Amino acid sequence: MDLLNILLEPLSYDFMVRALITTAIAAVVCAVLSCWLVLIGWSLMGDAVSHAVLPGVVLAYIVGAPFALGALVFALLAVTLIGVVRNTSRVKEDAAIGIVFTSLFALGLVLISVTPSQTDLNHIIFGNLLGVSTADLVQVVVLGVVAFGILVLKRRDLTLYAFDPTHAHAIGLSPRRLGALLLGLLALTSVVALQTVGVVLVVAMLIIPGATAYLLTDRFSRMLVIAPAISAACSVAGIYISYYLDTASGAMVVLAQGVVFAVVYLFSPRQGLIGTRLAKARRRRAVALAR
Amino acid sequence: MSTPAILVDKVTVHYGEVLALENASLSLEPARICGLVGMNGSGKSTLFKAIMGMVKPDSGQVLINGQPPVKTRKEAGIGYVPQSEDVDWAFPLSVRDVVMMGRYGHLGFTRRPRKADRDAVHHALERVELGEYADRQIGQLSGGQKKRAFVARGIAQGATMMLLDEPFAGVDKRSEATITRLLRELAADGATILVSTHDLHALPQLCDEAVLLMRKVLMHGSPDVVLQPENLAMAFGLDVMNRG
Repeated sequence: MDLLNILLEPLSYDFMVRALITTAIAAVVCAVLSCWLVLIGWSLMGDAVSHAVLPGVVLAYIVGAPFALGALVFALLAVTLIGVVRNTSRVKEDAAIGIVFTSLFALGLVLISVTPSQTDLNHIIFGNLLGVSTADLVQVVVLGVVAFGILVLKRRDLTLYAFDPTHAHAIGLSPRRLGALLLGLLALTSVVALQTVGVVLVVAMLIIPGATAYLLTDRFSRMLVIAPAISAACSVAGIYISYYLDTASGAMVVLAQGVVFAVVYLFSPRQGLIGTRLAKARRRRAVALAR
Repeated sequence: MSTPAILVDKVTVHYGEVLALENASLSLEPARICGLVGMNGSGKSTLFKAIMGMVKPDSGQVLINGQPPVKTRKEAGIGYVPQSEDVDWAFPLSVRDVVMMGRYGHLGFTRRPRKADRDAVHHALERVELGEYADRQIGQLSGGQKKRAFVARGIAQGATMMLLDEPFAGVDKRSEATITRLLRELAADGATILVSTHDLHALPQLCDEAVLLMRKVLMHGSPDVVLQPENLAMAFGLDVMNRG
């Protein structure tokens, strides 16, 4: 079988086409958002929000409301609760995050267990890439485009917020509002990614691409290109691999991202563990030759 | 009497149970450089935050050019140079990117810079003598260059008031002289400048006046008078005299 056939064969199945489109969109939106999350130090917050939206999604399913609405409500609830527990007790922030998101996640699991037609909802937890319906696809496209659009249009403000919220305040912007915007987008993006890799692995898509890009460049504007490019490539590669090896597709996507991160971590010429040493050795050799 | 550039009127601030500022009053004329002297925890940062409107006083008020701080902020009139510890120097931004952030208050919804903004950034960088470092990642500057980059941000912003938090910490002598000259030039152009520091030897060359802060304003006058050992002893406790 030649390469072209390898690439084309899965596309003869509609469900594979839908899977590829959904994952690529989720991968790109998550990756763009991840650039800010890793720089602000909100990775754990990404983990928390992506888990905490579960009960919202289940409740939305039960009453027939849009998933995104339920997710948004519970994302805000989670963030508020984390803030309250942190500020009004001696419990530190990481513990507050851990308490709130696991409790909400558990609430989601309980709600799933008592809701008839469980099959749909269990897919939210582990993702069901190959079972994405056309309606799911439409939802992912709409939410993905909205989140992506806002992120790109407001990217300069968000970067300012991440880098220097005091200056943002000093020039008349509201750091609080920018932070809330980012959290809202985090909730929205979580819903997009739920469909593909599921609640448990969303956080990977929200952290790994940004962290990988951060090791590759000193320019935020380039991170915003590198992260989604890597993430999209990983998601497509992951799906093809899962097709041929018959493995879990969402997990394969995340695994691909993890492998790319490991390679970059080791071999990045700027920051990599081995890459920087190789570069130094090359320079030394060049100097020796020049003598 | 002209309207003061900064008027802090009997401002009291608590953080929970902790009293950070108590009945602090301060009036600063335009185009002057004022040094804010006090120990760690004396309320310097809180006073800055009150002037920028980041903390709401429990009582008292702050006026900037006779109006509430929010107005001056909206006009992008306040430039802020943060303490080094408050900056993430590994953040993937170039010096030019950081200085461009000074322009954001003048820009539209997406903050897309126009030619006038790029020119303003260019001139600001030339003025602080960082033109050749514009494309460096900010962490790859020396201590003094880092400070100048943030001063350039205030210049590009067109700030009429600059607040500098410990601008001489981690800065070598030459950069210190450069920064001092730069701030004197900005004041000569009409900017009002407030500098918080516990580095006393740099003050007389830099400042027109100095303020001793210890939760309240203990003293406000010319640097020579304020920096007299017996006055410093009030603000720092007695041992400062022995340490020189």
